Amino acid sequence: MAITIDEAVPGPAPHAAPRARRRGGRARRVVEVVLLVALAAAMLFPVLWMLETSIKENRDVYAVPAKFFNFDFTLDHFKDVFVSPDGGRSDLSVSFLNSVIVAGASTVLATVLGVPAAWAYSRFTLKAKKDQLFFILSTRFMPPVVVVIPIFLMYRELGLIDSKLGLILIYAAFNVPFTIWMMKGFVDEVPSEYEDAAMLDGYTRLQAFWKFTLPLLVPGIAATAVFALIFSWNEFVFAIFLTSSQEVRTAPPAIAGLIGGTTVDWGLVAASAVVFAIPVLVFAFLVRKHLVAGVTLGAVRR
Amino acid sequence: MAGIEVTSLHKRYPDGTVAVEHVDLSIGDGELFVMLGPSGCGKTTTLRAMAGLERQTSGDIRIGSTLVNDLPPAERDIAMVFQFYALYPHLKTRDNLAFPLRAEGLPESEVRERVAEASRMMRLDALLDRRPQRLSGGEQQRVALARALVRRPRAFLMDEPLTNLDAELRADMRTEIKHLQAQLGTTMVYVTHDQVEAMSLGHRIAILNKGRVEQVGTPLEVYDRPASLFCAAFIGSPPMNLIEVEVDDGSLRGPGGLRLTPPAGLPRDRTLVAGVRPEALEVTVPGAEGSVPARVISAEVLGDEIIYVLDNGGERDVRVRMPPTVRFAADAPVGLRHAGGTPPVYDVNTEELVA
Repeated sequence: MAITIDEAVPGPAPHAAPRARRRGGRARRVVEVVLLVALAAAMLFPVLWMLETSIKENRDVYAVPAKFFNFDFTLDHFKDVFVSPDGGRSDLSVSFLNSVIVAGASTVLATVLGVPAAWAYSRFTLKAKKDQLFFILSTRFMPPVVVVIPIFLMYRELGLIDSKLGLILIYAAFNVPFTIWMMKGFVDEVPSEYEDAAMLDGYTRLQAFWKFTLPLLVPGIAATAVFALIFSWNEFVFAIFLTSSQEVRTAPPAIAGLIGGTTVDWGLVAASAVVFAIPVLVFAFLVRKHLVAGVTLGAVRR
Repeated sequence: MAGIEVTSLHKRYPDGTVAVEHVDLSIGDGELFVMLGPSGCGKTTTLRAMAGLERQTSGDIRIGSTLVNDLPPAERDIAMVFQFYALYPHLKTRDNLAFPLRAEGLPESEVRERVAEASRMMRLDALLDRRPQRLSGGEQQRVALARALVRRPRAFLMDEPLTNLDAELRADMRTEIKHLQAQLGTTMVYVTHDQVEAMSLGHRIAILNKGRVEQVGTPLEVYDRPASLFCAAFIGSPPMNLIEVEVDDGSLRGPGGLRLTPPAGLPRDRTLVAGVRPEALEVTVPGAEGSVPARVISAEVLGDEIIYVLDNGGERDVRVRMPPTVRFAADAPVGLRHAGGTPPVYDVNTEELVA
């Protein structure tokens, strides 16, 4: 996501520097570039290594000393991600499909519940509105690990253990507060006068929201949904605690499960990690402006 | 067309805030009625209750002879113009104008006729095929007015329609709205926090403060005899001088012995303040007849007039409006004289007009 930051946040204007600092500008600049390149190399190396491993022949993966450039190219690892050795669907492909279903359904659920709630919080005067919003947000304060045991016990009682529905519900529960908060910002930006005008023109309040406010919220909904989707897609703790069978397991615990045992097929691990990362990268690229906006949200009042 | 009757309107929000406290208003048929007050005084809430966008906690609203308490906004036969124009962003000017008519289900031929008429009236013909984001603020507000016109409503409700325009355009639009209202003779309720707008537009003005009506009157009544200290301070720029006075020997005496014409029936046992407009005072040479000594603190030269700020030993400085030909230097000793008629007098404790 490093690509997104420098795009959206302008660096200091070159002419703004005072004269005294500009004299040392060149040396300073060289040092800056060298440091940044070193830092970038260190940060990106694991990613590059993962990409490389995923397209190396097995013997090159384990070669000592490591082969950086002159390895034999293969796409077999990627084939192994989706197709099992006997020709059927691989376990990993089932996990990926589970991830798509769970992340997709929980995002839809969180959006459907969160957007109208955000609209209501934005438009109406409610008793203790600030406290309610704070309470909603407070559910995000603690790390998931803290609540995973109670949730596990509750789920066992309810028969939701090891089911996709269970994961969908818990991810939606975590994403609704986020959706409400983020969408409230977007709804606040749409003047409520559109709805007032529509109501004077003969629409009910809900029709006014549906017909006039909602279309203006679509970009905001898309951005919010992508964030929720990325959260659900990446989630590991609940997935590993609340699921056990291969048919229900999502991709993060499935990929983690490849490591361990007597031998590790690093080519397969790398290839599945690449497949897993691609959707996140694509979506993060789509909402890169909002990623930065999210950081500064509320800092500037327009 | 119809008048609007508001009877003991009360609005309390779920969070406990009281926005409007038992407000009574009687707006005549064909009247341009202005509700004026600082932000949070309840003027917009009152207007929104008339429109039906806000349900009052108690009290009645009648438009014409119809009790509209339970009618949805669309059935009240009113049109509203908003501060942010609220033109539908995805529709061209033409369709924005036609929208309320089509929502009513009028035949297309009549829709076209009425849109053409409103567009001619507000001079929008060149803008009919543009979308709102391609219009300037002033143009958007003209479209918003036209959209209110096409419905031929019984009353117009205007919620600070000129606040977002720049000063020059605001003056133009003010004239336009006044002219339009006179031409159509439709009842118009106009909400603003700008006292100049209120004075120049309104047939009558209601001044609201903290959810209550402080005064209702014609612009001149409101200017000459503000009903409370709040109104006195709110109307006029620079505001009225509030001079602490004593009843002395059948006359009013201010700080430094400044004499004011006393109104009849003054109570003797209360702490009083007289409201004196800056133009009802005069700066003279020191020792002129009937003047008290004062000192010039500052002079604001505005071109057509000079506002002198004087210290005559009272608690507050006194502002005096003088023609630009009369010049006194800052810090100069001068005389101060009352040159107007009987000033309104207020009780400091109740903040109300006593005589």
